[in-house]
Amino acid sequence: MVAAVAMIAFFAPEDADQGLSQKIFYFHVPIALTAYACFGWGAWKALLHLWKRRPGADLESYVAVHQGVIFGALTLVTGSIWAKISWGVWWAWSSNQLVLFLVLFLFYAAYFMLRFSVEPGPRRANLSAVYALFGVALIPVSFLAIRLANDFIHPTVFTSHGPQMSGRMFATFCVSWAAMLLLVGTLYHVELAGKRLDSRLRELRELLA
Amino acid sequence: MSYLSDVAALARKDLRLELRARDTLPAMLLFVISTLVVFHFTLPQGGSRLAAFGLLWVALVFTALLGLTRCFAAEREGEVLDGLVLAPSDRSAIWLGKAIAMLVFLVAAEAVALPAFALFFDPGIDGRTLLGVALADLGICTVGTLLAGMAAASRARELLLPLLFLPLAIPIVIGGVGTSVAGGGRYVELLVLYDAIFAIICWASFEYVVTE
Repeated sequence: MVAAVAMIAFFAPEDADQGLSQKIFYFHVPIALTAYACFGWGAWKALLHLWKRRPGADLESYVAVHQGVIFGALTLVTGSIWAKISWGVWWAWSSNQLVLFLVLFLFYAAYFMLRFSVEPGPRRANLSAVYALFGVALIPVSFLAIRLANDFIHPTVFTSHGPQMSGRMFATFCVSWAAMLLLVGTLYHVELAGKRLDSRLRELRELLA
Repeated sequence: MSYLSDVAALARKDLRLELRARDTLPAMLLFVISTLVVFHFTLPQGGSRLAAFGLLWVALVFTALLGLTRCFAAEREGEVLDGLVLAPSDRSAIWLGKAIAMLVFLVAAEAVALPAFALFFDPGIDGRTLLGVALADLGICTVGTLLAGMAAASRARELLLPLLFLPLAIPIVIGGVGTSVAGGGRYVELLVLYDAIFAIICWASFEYVVTE
Protein backbone atom coordinates (compact mmCIF):
# COMPACT_ATOMS: atom_id res chain seq x y z
CA MET A 1 0.00 0.00 0.00
CA VAL A 2 2.78 2.39 0.96
CA ALA A 3 4.73 1.29 -2.09
CA ALA A 4 1.73 2.03 -4.26
CA VAL A 5 1.32 5.53 -2.88
CA ALA A 6 5.03 6.16 -3.32
CA MET A 7 4.92 4.96 -6.92
CA ILE A 8 1.88 7.05 -7.68
CA ALA A 9 3.56 10.11 -6.24
CA PHE A 10 7.04 9.79 -7.71
CA PHE A 11 7.36 7.05 -10.30
CA ALA A 12 4.42 7.48 -12.64
CA PRO A 13 4.83 10.21 -15.27
CA GLU A 14 2.33 13.02 -15.26
CA ASP A 15 -0.32 12.93 -17.90
CA ALA A 16 0.20 15.48 -20.64
CA ASP A 17 -3.42 16.64 -20.80
CA GLN A 18 -4.68 16.20 -17.31
CA GLY A 19 -1.54 16.77 -15.27
CA LEU A 20 -1.60 15.95 -11.61
CA SER A 21 -5.31 15.15 -11.49
CA GLN A 22 -4.72 12.08 -13.60
CA LYS A 23 -3.10 10.46 -10.58
CA ILE A 24 -6.49 9.80 -9.06
CA PHE A 25 -6.79 7.21 -11.81
CA TYR A 26 -4.46 4.98 -9.81
CA PHE A 27 -6.95 5.01 -6.97
CA HIS A 28 -10.21 5.12 -8.85
CA VAL A 29 -9.78 2.24 -11.28
CA PRO A 30 -8.18 -0.23 -8.84
CA ILE A 31 -10.90 0.54 -6.33
CA ALA A 32 -13.57 -0.12 -8.96
CA LEU A 33 -11.98 -3.38 -10.06
CA THR A 34 -11.63 -4.43 -6.44
CA ALA A 35 -15.32 -3.76 -5.87
CA TYR A 36 -16.16 -6.03 -8.80
CA ALA A 37 -13.89 -8.67 -7.32
CA CYS A 38 -15.76 -8.38 -4.00
CA PHE A 39 -19.17 -8.74 -5.64
CA GLY A 40 -17.94 -11.72 -7.62
CA TRP A 41 -16.46 -13.32 -4.51
CA GLY A 42 -19.69 -12.71 -2.60
CA ALA A 43 -21.73 -14.35 -5.35
CA TRP A 44 -19.33 -17.28 -5.46
CA LYS A 45 -19.74 -17.80 -1.71
CA ALA A 46 -23.51 -17.46 -2.15
CA LEU A 47 -23.41 -20.20 -4.79
CA LEU A 48 -21.39 -22.40 -2.45
CA HIS A 49 -23.99 -21.81 0.25
CA LEU A 50 -26.92 -22.79 -1.96
CA TRP A 51 -25.21 -25.61 -3.74
CA LYS A 52 -22.90 -27.29 -1.25
CA ARG A 53 -24.60 -26.01 1.89
CA ARG A 54 -21.20 -25.09 3.24
CA PRO A 55 -21.57 -23.67 6.77
CA GLY A 56 -20.24 -20.16 7.10
CA ALA A 57 -20.47 -19.42 3.39
CA ASP A 58 -23.42 -17.15 4.05
CA LEU A 59 -21.43 -14.98 6.44
CA GLU A 60 -18.49 -14.87 4.04
CA SER A 61 -20.77 -13.85 1.22
CA TYR A 62 -22.24 -11.07 3.34
CA VAL A 63 -18.84 -9.75 4.37
CA ALA A 64 -17.62 -9.78 0.76
CA VAL A 65 -20.68 -7.85 -0.42
CA HIS A 66 -20.25 -5.42 2.45
CA GLN A 67 -16.66 -4.73 1.42
CA GLY A 68 -17.84 -4.44 -2.17
CA VAL A 69 -20.37 -1.78 -1.25
CA ILE A 70 -17.77 0.21 0.68
CA PHE A 71 -15.41 0.10 -2.29
CA GLY A 72 -18.29 0.84 -4.65
CA ALA A 73 -19.10 3.99 -2.67
CA LEU A 74 -15.43 4.96 -2.79
CA THR A 75 -15.50 4.45 -6.55
CA LEU A 76 -18.42 6.82 -6.85
CA VAL A 77 -16.64 9.43 -4.73
CA THR A 78 -13.29 9.20 -6.50
CA GLY A 79 -14.99 9.02 -9.89
CA SER A 80 -17.01 12.08 -9.08
CA ILE A 81 -13.89 14.01 -8.02
CA TRP A 82 -12.11 12.96 -11.18
CA ALA A 83 -15.07 13.96 -13.31
CA LYS A 84 -15.13 17.37 -11.65
CA ILE A 85 -11.46 17.96 -12.37
CA SER A 86 -11.24 16.60 -15.89
CA TRP A 87 -14.73 17.25 -17.28
CA GLY A 88 -15.77 20.12 -15.04
CA VAL A 89 -18.89 18.48 -13.64
CA TRP A 90 -19.42 16.44 -10.51
CA TRP A 91 -21.59 13.91 -12.23
CA ALA A 92 -21.53 12.74 -15.85
CA TRP A 93 -24.31 10.44 -17.00
CA SER A 94 -22.25 9.74 -20.08
CA SER A 95 -19.67 7.84 -18.08
CA ASN A 96 -20.90 4.26 -18.35
CA GLN A 97 -18.83 2.93 -15.51
CA LEU A 98 -19.98 5.57 -13.09
CA VAL A 99 -23.65 5.00 -13.88
CA LEU A 100 -23.15 1.25 -13.59
CA PHE A 101 -21.68 1.75 -10.15
CA LEU A 102 -24.63 3.86 -9.13
CA VAL A 103 -27.02 1.09 -10.21
CA LEU A 104 -24.95 -1.53 -8.42
CA PHE A 105 -24.72 0.63 -5.34
CA LEU A 106 -28.53 0.90 -5.22
CA PHE A 107 -28.86 -2.81 -5.85
CA TYR A 108 -26.51 -3.83 -3.07
CA ALA A 109 -27.94 -1.26 -0.69
CA ALA A 110 -31.25 -3.11 -1.19
CA TYR A 111 -29.35 -6.31 -0.35
CA PHE A 112 -28.70 -4.89 3.11
CA MET A 113 -32.32 -3.81 3.48
CA LEU A 114 -33.37 -7.36 2.64
CA ARG A 115 -30.87 -8.86 5.00
CA PHE A 116 -31.79 -6.71 7.93
CA SER A 117 -35.51 -7.18 7.53
CA VAL A 118 -35.48 -10.98 7.69
CA GLU A 119 -34.95 -12.88 10.92
CA PRO A 120 -31.48 -14.45 11.16
CA GLY A 121 -31.51 -18.08 10.20
CA PRO A 122 -31.41 -20.38 7.20
CA ARG A 123 -34.17 -18.46 5.46
CA ARG A 124 -32.20 -15.23 5.55
CA ALA A 125 -29.10 -16.99 4.31
CA ASN A 126 -31.02 -18.38 1.34
CA LEU A 127 -32.65 -15.10 0.40
CA SER A 128 -29.38 -13.18 0.63
CA ALA A 129 -27.59 -15.78 -1.43
CA VAL A 130 -30.20 -15.71 -4.20
CA TYR A 131 -30.10 -11.93 -4.28
CA ALA A 132 -26.30 -11.90 -4.39
CA LEU A 133 -26.45 -14.24 -7.38
CA PHE A 134 -28.83 -11.83 -9.10
CA GLY A 135 -26.13 -9.21 -8.63
CA VAL A 136 -23.50 -10.90 -10.77
CA ALA A 137 -26.07 -11.44 -13.51
CA LEU A 138 -27.04 -7.79 -13.27
CA ILE A 139 -23.49 -6.46 -13.72
CA PRO A 140 -22.96 -7.48 -17.39
CA VAL A 141 -26.61 -6.97 -18.36
CA SER A 142 -26.80 -3.46 -16.99
CA PHE A 143 -23.38 -2.60 -18.37
CA LEU A 144 -24.71 -3.54 -21.80
CA ALA A 145 -27.94 -1.68 -21.18
CA ILE A 146 -26.26 1.50 -19.98
CA ARG A 147 -23.95 1.51 -22.95
CA LEU A 148 -26.96 1.16 -25.26
CA ALA A 149 -28.84 3.85 -23.36
CA ASN A 150 -26.17 6.38 -24.28
CA ASP A 151 -27.45 6.21 -27.84
CA PHE A 152 -30.71 7.88 -27.04
CA ILE A 153 -29.72 9.90 -24.01
CA HIS A 154 -26.39 11.21 -25.29
CA PRO A 155 -25.86 10.83 -29.01
CA THR A 156 -22.14 11.50 -28.67
CA VAL A 157 -20.37 8.94 -26.55
CA PHE A 158 -17.46 10.00 -24.40
CA THR A 159 -14.23 8.34 -25.31
CA SER A 160 -11.96 10.59 -23.28
CA HIS A 161 -10.94 7.96 -20.79
CA GLY A 162 -7.39 9.18 -20.91
CA PRO A 163 -4.76 8.23 -23.44
CA GLN A 164 -3.19 4.80 -23.67
CA MET A 165 -0.96 3.92 -20.77
CA SER A 166 2.80 3.94 -20.93
CA GLY A 167 4.86 1.18 -19.33
CA ARG A 168 5.59 3.07 -16.15
CA MET A 169 1.98 4.07 -15.79
CA PHE A 170 0.91 0.49 -16.23
CA ALA A 171 3.40 -0.74 -13.64
CA THR A 172 2.14 1.81 -11.14
CA PHE A 173 -1.41 0.83 -11.96
CA CYS A 174 -0.69 -2.85 -11.33
CA VAL A 175 1.06 -2.17 -8.04
CA SER A 176 -1.76 -0.01 -6.80
CA TRP A 177 -4.34 -2.58 -7.85
CA ALA A 178 -2.41 -5.27 -5.99
CA ALA A 179 -2.32 -2.96 -2.98
CA MET A 180 -6.09 -2.48 -3.15
CA LEU A 181 -6.69 -6.22 -3.37
CA LEU A 182 -4.39 -6.73 -0.41
CA LEU A 183 -6.25 -4.07 1.52
CA VAL A 184 -9.64 -5.56 0.78
CA GLY A 185 -8.36 -9.04 1.64
CA THR A 186 -7.18 -7.80 5.01
CA LEU A 187 -10.41 -5.93 5.70
CA TYR A 188 -12.39 -9.01 4.66
CA HIS A 189 -10.54 -11.21 7.12
CA VAL A 190 -10.75 -8.68 9.93
CA GLU A 191 -14.49 -8.21 9.47
CA LEU A 192 -15.07 -11.94 9.10
CA ALA A 193 -13.16 -12.66 12.29
CA GLY A 194 -15.17 -9.99 14.09
CA LYS A 195 -18.48 -11.33 12.83
CA ARG A 196 -17.55 -14.90 13.72
CA LEU A 197 -16.52 -13.85 17.20
CA ASP A 198 -19.81 -12.01 17.53
CA SER A 199 -21.93 -15.00 16.58
CA ARG A 200 -19.87 -17.30 18.79
CA LEU A 201 -20.35 -14.90 21.69
CA ARG A 202 -24.08 -14.86 21.05
CA GLU A 203 -24.22 -18.65 21.07
CA LEU A 204 -22.35 -18.78 24.36
CA ARG A 205 -24.63 -16.20 25.86
CA GLU A 206 -27.66 -18.20 24.81
CA LEU A 207 -26.15 -21.27 26.39
CA LEU A 208 -25.67 -19.39 29.63
CA ALA A 209 -29.15 -17.90 29.67
CA MET B 1 -46.23 -33.35 -18.30
CA SER B 2 -47.30 -33.28 -14.69
CA TYR B 3 -45.01 -30.28 -14.15
CA LEU B 4 -46.95 -28.30 -16.71
CA SER B 5 -50.28 -29.34 -15.27
CA ASP B 6 -49.07 -28.26 -11.81
CA VAL B 7 -48.13 -24.90 -13.25
CA ALA B 8 -51.46 -24.59 -15.02
CA ALA B 9 -53.37 -25.49 -11.86
CA LEU B 10 -51.46 -22.90 -9.81
CA ALA B 11 -51.94 -20.17 -12.39
CA ARG B 12 -55.62 -21.03 -12.69
CA LYS B 13 -55.99 -20.81 -8.92
CA ASP B 14 -54.63 -17.25 -8.91
CA LEU B 15 -56.78 -16.17 -11.83
CA ARG B 16 -59.92 -17.64 -10.28
CA LEU B 17 -59.12 -15.96 -7.00
CA GLU B 18 -58.79 -12.67 -8.81
CA LEU B 19 -62.06 -13.18 -10.69
CA ARG B 20 -63.89 -13.76 -7.43
CA ALA B 21 -62.24 -11.24 -5.13
CA ARG B 22 -61.15 -8.59 -7.68
CA ASP B 23 -58.34 -7.39 -5.44
CA THR B 24 -55.52 -6.54 -7.77
CA LEU B 25 -56.59 -5.85 -11.32
CA PRO B 26 -59.03 -2.98 -10.75
CA ALA B 27 -56.42 -1.29 -8.57
CA MET B 28 -53.80 -1.67 -11.30
CA LEU B 29 -56.16 -0.27 -13.94
CA LEU B 30 -57.11 2.74 -11.88
CA PHE B 31 -53.52 3.33 -10.91
CA VAL B 32 -52.20 3.31 -14.44
CA ILE B 33 -54.89 5.67 -15.69
CA SER B 34 -54.40 8.10 -12.82
CA THR B 35 -50.65 8.00 -13.31
CA LEU B 36 -51.05 8.89 -16.96
CA VAL B 37 -53.33 11.79 -16.03
CA VAL B 38 -50.81 13.02 -13.47
CA PHE B 39 -48.09 12.74 -16.09
CA HIS B 40 -50.08 14.89 -18.44
CA PHE B 41 -49.74 17.72 -15.96
CA THR B 42 -46.06 17.10 -15.28
CA LEU B 43 -45.17 17.29 -18.97
CA PRO B 44 -44.67 20.91 -20.02
CA GLN B 45 -46.65 22.23 -22.95
CA GLY B 46 -45.04 21.22 -26.22
CA GLY B 47 -43.06 18.45 -24.54
CA SER B 48 -41.75 16.04 -27.09
CA ARG B 49 -43.31 12.77 -28.12
CA LEU B 50 -40.18 11.03 -26.90
CA ALA B 51 -40.64 12.32 -23.37
CA ALA B 52 -44.17 10.92 -23.36
CA PHE B 53 -42.79 7.48 -24.12
CA GLY B 54 -40.50 7.74 -21.14
CA LEU B 55 -43.50 8.49 -18.95
CA LEU B 56 -45.35 5.49 -20.37
CA TRP B 57 -42.54 3.27 -19.19
CA VAL B 58 -42.52 4.80 -15.73
CA ALA B 59 -46.27 4.21 -15.52
CA LEU B 60 -45.94 0.59 -16.65
CA VAL B 61 -43.14 -0.27 -14.23
CA PHE B 62 -44.95 1.25 -11.28
CA THR B 63 -48.21 -0.40 -12.19
CA ALA B 64 -46.44 -3.74 -12.34
CA LEU B 65 -44.92 -2.97 -8.97
CA LEU B 66 -48.35 -2.30 -7.54
CA GLY B 67 -49.57 -5.68 -8.76
CA LEU B 68 -46.44 -7.43 -7.53
CA THR B 69 -46.81 -6.15 -3.97
CA ARG B 70 -50.13 -8.00 -3.85
CA CYS B 71 -48.61 -11.05 -5.49
CA PHE B 72 -48.19 -13.26 -2.45
CA ALA B 73 -50.74 -11.45 -0.27
CA ALA B 74 -53.42 -14.12 -0.59
CA GLU B 75 -50.95 -16.89 0.28
CA ARG B 76 -49.69 -14.97 3.26
CA GLU B 77 -53.09 -14.11 4.65
CA GLY B 78 -54.39 -17.65 4.19
CA GLU B 79 -51.04 -19.09 5.32
CA VAL B 80 -51.05 -21.57 2.47
CA LEU B 81 -47.52 -21.00 1.23
CA ASP B 82 -46.16 -23.72 3.51
CA GLY B 83 -48.81 -26.06 2.16
CA LEU B 84 -47.81 -25.27 -1.41
CA VAL B 85 -44.16 -25.87 -0.58
CA LEU B 86 -45.00 -29.25 0.94
CA ALA B 87 -47.09 -30.29 -2.06
CA PRO B 88 -45.51 -33.09 -4.10
CA SER B 89 -44.43 -31.00 -7.05
CA ASP B 90 -41.36 -29.08 -8.09
CA ARG B 91 -41.16 -25.80 -6.15
CA SER B 92 -40.33 -23.81 -9.24
CA ALA B 93 -43.87 -24.64 -10.45
CA ILE B 94 -45.14 -22.26 -7.75
CA TRP B 95 -43.01 -19.49 -9.19
CA LEU B 96 -43.97 -20.24 -12.79
CA GLY B 97 -47.67 -20.37 -11.99
CA LYS B 98 -47.46 -17.07 -10.13
CA ALA B 99 -45.46 -15.46 -12.90
CA ILE B 100 -48.01 -16.53 -15.50
CA ALA B 101 -50.87 -15.16 -13.42
CA MET B 102 -48.97 -11.88 -12.95
CA LEU B 103 -48.33 -11.74 -16.68
CA VAL B 104 -52.07 -12.06 -17.35
CA PHE B 105 -52.81 -9.22 -14.92
CA LEU B 106 -50.13 -7.01 -16.41
CA VAL B 107 -51.23 -7.62 -19.98
CA ALA B 108 -54.81 -6.89 -18.99
CA ALA B 109 -53.72 -3.63 -17.37
CA GLU B 110 -51.75 -2.71 -20.46
CA ALA B 111 -54.67 -3.52 -22.72
CA VAL B 112 -56.27 -0.50 -21.09
CA ALA B 113 -53.15 1.56 -20.47
CA LEU B 114 -51.79 1.59 -24.02
CA PRO B 115 -55.04 2.80 -25.69
CA ALA B 116 -55.40 5.38 -22.92
CA PHE B 117 -51.82 6.48 -23.51
CA ALA B 118 -52.46 6.75 -27.24
CA LEU B 119 -55.60 8.75 -26.55
CA PHE B 120 -54.04 11.17 -24.06
CA PHE B 121 -50.64 11.79 -25.63
CA ASP B 122 -51.08 10.82 -29.28
CA PRO B 123 -47.56 9.39 -29.50
CA GLY B 124 -48.00 7.03 -32.43
CA ILE B 125 -47.58 3.56 -30.94
CA ASP B 126 -46.15 1.11 -33.44
CA GLY B 127 -45.37 -2.57 -33.54
CA ARG B 128 -41.89 -2.04 -32.14
CA THR B 129 -43.29 -0.50 -28.98
CA LEU B 130 -45.72 -3.37 -28.57
CA LEU B 131 -42.90 -5.89 -28.98
CA GLY B 132 -40.84 -3.99 -26.41
CA VAL B 133 -43.76 -3.95 -23.98
CA ALA B 134 -44.36 -7.68 -24.43
CA LEU B 135 -40.72 -8.58 -23.83
CA ALA B 136 -40.45 -6.23 -20.89
CA ASP B 137 -43.58 -7.80 -19.37
CA LEU B 138 -41.90 -11.18 -19.40
CA GLY B 139 -38.86 -9.81 -17.60
CA ILE B 140 -40.92 -7.84 -15.08
CA CYS B 141 -43.07 -10.85 -14.21
CA THR B 142 -40.27 -13.39 -13.89
CA VAL B 143 -38.00 -11.22 -11.77
CA GLY B 144 -40.81 -9.46 -9.93
CA THR B 145 -42.52 -12.65 -8.81
CA LEU B 146 -39.34 -14.03 -7.33
CA LEU B 147 -38.57 -10.77 -5.54
CA ALA B 148 -42.14 -10.60 -4.27
CA GLY B 149 -41.59 -14.06 -2.79
CA MET B 150 -38.49 -12.72 -1.08
CA ALA B 151 -40.22 -9.61 0.18
CA ALA B 152 -43.10 -11.69 1.53
CA ALA B 153 -40.63 -13.46 3.80
CA SER B 154 -39.29 -10.23 5.26
CA ARG B 155 -40.63 -7.97 7.96
CA ALA B 156 -40.80 -4.88 5.75
CA ARG B 157 -42.83 -6.63 3.01
CA GLU B 158 -44.48 -4.05 0.74
CA LEU B 159 -41.79 -1.52 1.57
CA LEU B 160 -38.99 -3.78 0.50
CA LEU B 161 -40.20 -4.86 -2.92
CA PRO B 162 -39.64 -1.57 -4.81
CA LEU B 163 -36.15 -1.31 -3.33
CA LEU B 164 -35.30 -4.80 -4.52
CA PHE B 165 -37.03 -4.49 -7.85
CA LEU B 166 -36.14 -1.08 -9.26
CA PRO B 167 -32.36 -1.54 -9.60
CA LEU B 168 -33.03 -4.82 -11.39
CA ALA B 169 -35.64 -3.16 -13.61
CA ILE B 170 -33.24 -0.54 -14.99
CA PRO B 171 -32.10 -2.71 -17.92
CA ILE B 172 -35.76 -3.46 -18.73
CA VAL B 173 -36.59 0.24 -18.77
CA ILE B 174 -33.58 1.02 -20.95
CA GLY B 175 -34.50 -1.76 -23.37
CA GLY B 176 -38.15 -0.75 -23.43
CA VAL B 177 -37.56 2.96 -23.93
CA GLY B 178 -34.93 2.11 -26.51
CA THR B 179 -37.29 -0.01 -28.59
CA SER B 180 -39.97 2.65 -28.66
CA VAL B 181 -37.76 5.73 -29.01
CA ALA B 182 -34.55 4.75 -30.76
CA GLY B 183 -35.75 1.63 -32.52
CA GLY B 184 -33.26 -0.91 -33.68
CA GLY B 185 -32.88 -4.58 -32.96
CA ARG B 186 -30.21 -4.16 -30.32
CA TYR B 187 -32.72 -3.13 -27.68
CA VAL B 188 -34.91 -6.10 -28.51
CA GLU B 189 -31.84 -8.30 -28.20
CA LEU B 190 -31.08 -6.76 -24.84
CA LEU B 191 -34.60 -7.50 -23.60
CA VAL B 192 -34.47 -11.07 -24.89
CA LEU B 193 -31.10 -11.57 -23.22
CA TYR B 194 -32.37 -10.14 -19.95
CA ASP B 195 -35.50 -12.30 -20.02
CA ALA B 196 -33.54 -15.45 -20.76
CA ILE B 197 -30.83 -14.91 -18.13
CA PHE B 198 -33.16 -13.93 -15.34
CA ALA B 199 -35.82 -16.51 -16.15
CA ILE B 200 -33.20 -19.22 -15.78
CA ILE B 201 -31.86 -17.80 -12.52
CA CYS B 202 -35.36 -17.37 -11.09
CA TRP B 203 -36.45 -20.81 -12.15
CA ALA B 204 -33.40 -22.39 -10.55
CA SER B 205 -33.39 -20.37 -7.36
CA PHE B 206 -37.05 -20.06 -6.38
CA GLU B 207 -36.82 -23.25 -4.36
CA TYR B 208 -34.37 -21.58 -2.00
CA VAL B 209 -36.63 -18.57 -1.54
CA VAL B 210 -39.51 -20.59 -0.11
CA THR B 211 -37.59 -23.30 1.74
CA GLU B 212 -35.11 -23.26 4.58
